[in-house]
Amino acid sequence: MTIDKGQMRKVIFASSVGTLIEWYDFYIFGSLAPIIAAQFFPKSDPTAALLSTLATFAAGFIVRPFGALVFGRLGDKVGRKYTFLLTLVLMGGSTFAIGLVPGYETIGFAAPIIVLMLRLLQGLALGGEYGGAATYVAEHAPEHKRGAYTSWIQTTATLGLLLSLGIILITRKSMASDPMDSIRAFEDWGWRIPFWFSVVLVGMSIYIRLKMHESPLFMRLKTSGKTSTNPIRESLMKRSNLKMVLLALFGATMGQGVVWYTGQFYAQTFLENACKIDFEQTRTILIWAIVFATPLFIVFGNWSDRVGRKWIIMSGLLLAIVAYRPIYRTMLDLTDTATSVKDDAKSRIEKVIVPLQGKEYSLQTSTTLHVYQNGIEEKTVSTDTLFNSGAERVQFKPKQFKVLPNNVYWALVALLFIQIVFVTMVYGPIAAFLVEIFPTKIRYTSMSLPYHLGNGVFGGMTPFIAVLLGTMYTADPLVGLWYPIAVAGICLIIGTIYLSNRIDPNVND
Amino acid sequence: MNAIKKYLGLIWMAIAILSYVVLFQTAMEKIAAKPTADTIIEWSIFAIIFLPIAIGLLIFGWLAWKGDYSQLPLSSEEIED
Repeated sequence: MTIDKGQMRKVIFASSVGTLIEWYDFYIFGSLAPIIAAQFFPKSDPTAALLSTLATFAAGFIVRPFGALVFGRLGDKVGRKYTFLLTLVLMGGSTFAIGLVPGYETIGFAAPIIVLMLRLLQGLALGGEYGGAATYVAEHAPEHKRGAYTSWIQTTATLGLLLSLGIILITRKSMASDPMDSIRAFEDWGWRIPFWFSVVLVGMSIYIRLKMHESPLFMRLKTSGKTSTNPIRESLMKRSNLKMVLLALFGATMGQGVVWYTGQFYAQTFLENACKIDFEQTRTILIWAIVFATPLFIVFGNWSDRVGRKWIIMSGLLLAIVAYRPIYRTMLDLTDTATSVKDDAKSRIEKVIVPLQGKEYSLQTSTTLHVYQNGIEEKTVSTDTLFNSGAERVQFKPKQFKVLPNNVYWALVALLFIQIVFVTMVYGPIAAFLVEIFPTKIRYTSMSLPYHLGNGVFGGMTPFIAVLLGTMYTADPLVGLWYPIAVAGICLIIGTIYLSNRIDPNVND
Repeated sequence: MNAIKKYLGLIWMAIAILSYVVLFQTAMEKIAAKPTADTIIEWSIFAIIFLPIAIGLLIFGWLAWKGDYSQLPLSSEEIED
């Protein structure tokens, strides 16, 4: 079964755009987590703070694999097209609704409950989307182009992250002409704009997807009455298929998940918290690295059609295992100010006092700037409340961050770029790999589960476990990397020994 | 190679059991050290979500030990039978 190139482009575009939007929707919540926590989950209310923890953990770890099962089942019974259309509507609707929910101060305890429910819906929808899109594209693609065409789906998670970072940065800067006023307005209500923006994207994507036809392979199965009556049971209870689900998880997706999250999330957290880099510079460093590396998803997907999927994925894992510690050591060294001499002539302290209308106090912002000979500027910003009555001032915890000179900035872009190259190697060919090891009638269910366990659970745990290791073994600032290295290491051994490098000539079965 | 696949199965089973025991012990220690709702929820979710994964690794090791991975299927018909 082949379709012409123009039709194939439409299939890829319709599938990729929708998946990209779903990732965008999922990431804006994560990227805006501190602001959302302040709006909906105040620490002063212990139950609200508890719901915040649930929103963070449950959506990623429990609901995503559950969504993979629920929508996978639907996709294998009803069809790919309508299932991933449904996940898109669910994701878009819940994202838009989060942007509309009044804050805790306005509606009280209902606010965190509504936001938690909507966040869980987001996780559920995401769990069902990827498998559908990858399956849909693969079932249209000719054998010699399966890796190349499905690699477009593989770009979407990274591009969704890029889009979310870009939209947040642009909105944060455009709220007012004064930068500080703009940030304040963004934290007050402007954070809702990226959520509202989602409805435009989702609307367009639904329009495009509605015009698409059902997967031809699924239609053939349906016409002949051979669709599965119970895809979950067939996927997980039949020994011959369960062994492939387990092999996909432990031999490919769990390693892919930790490499993905280390390169794109832990790297960002590390720059911000361990290297103490400025908020905007951290984001733009990641944005540049993503922009330069993203085409490589297509390159590796394409290449996998010629040399097989296995060795590209295994090479990505091996390179990540070997290179992570040297890369992060270099990131620390490049941004270190302890060994650099301070240029006292350029150091200064600035104080700004802003009286607040109608309040009996003013805000004093003190910025201490130290410039080092390696060009790094270290800023410490502290805010004090000064009472007009002369009462004792209230001091907030000072924020310290570094602003990097160009040479260090671009060196960090290069180091993140290398990490994202590893991501493109392990992630680019994986959709084709997953599609090929499962039969059509239970493909949606069977491939979604290992993907979301590997990516959502093993990958999603990376920042938490890395931070946890850091608090347990404080002497080594790189100790957090042992988690992705160990998981990728086990995956590399399992994948190398047990996986086949064979490209399935026929997914029409 | 099939012998390596088979005997490594024992290692995967051992890793599954040991890693879950370590995770469970750490969860208990963390909850005992700071018994707040946040800590309990976080560590309970870790313990719950990793249980099926540890069982999965155990089954994977068992299947490897039984020789199920000596020959991977070449077509879907082999999976269906």
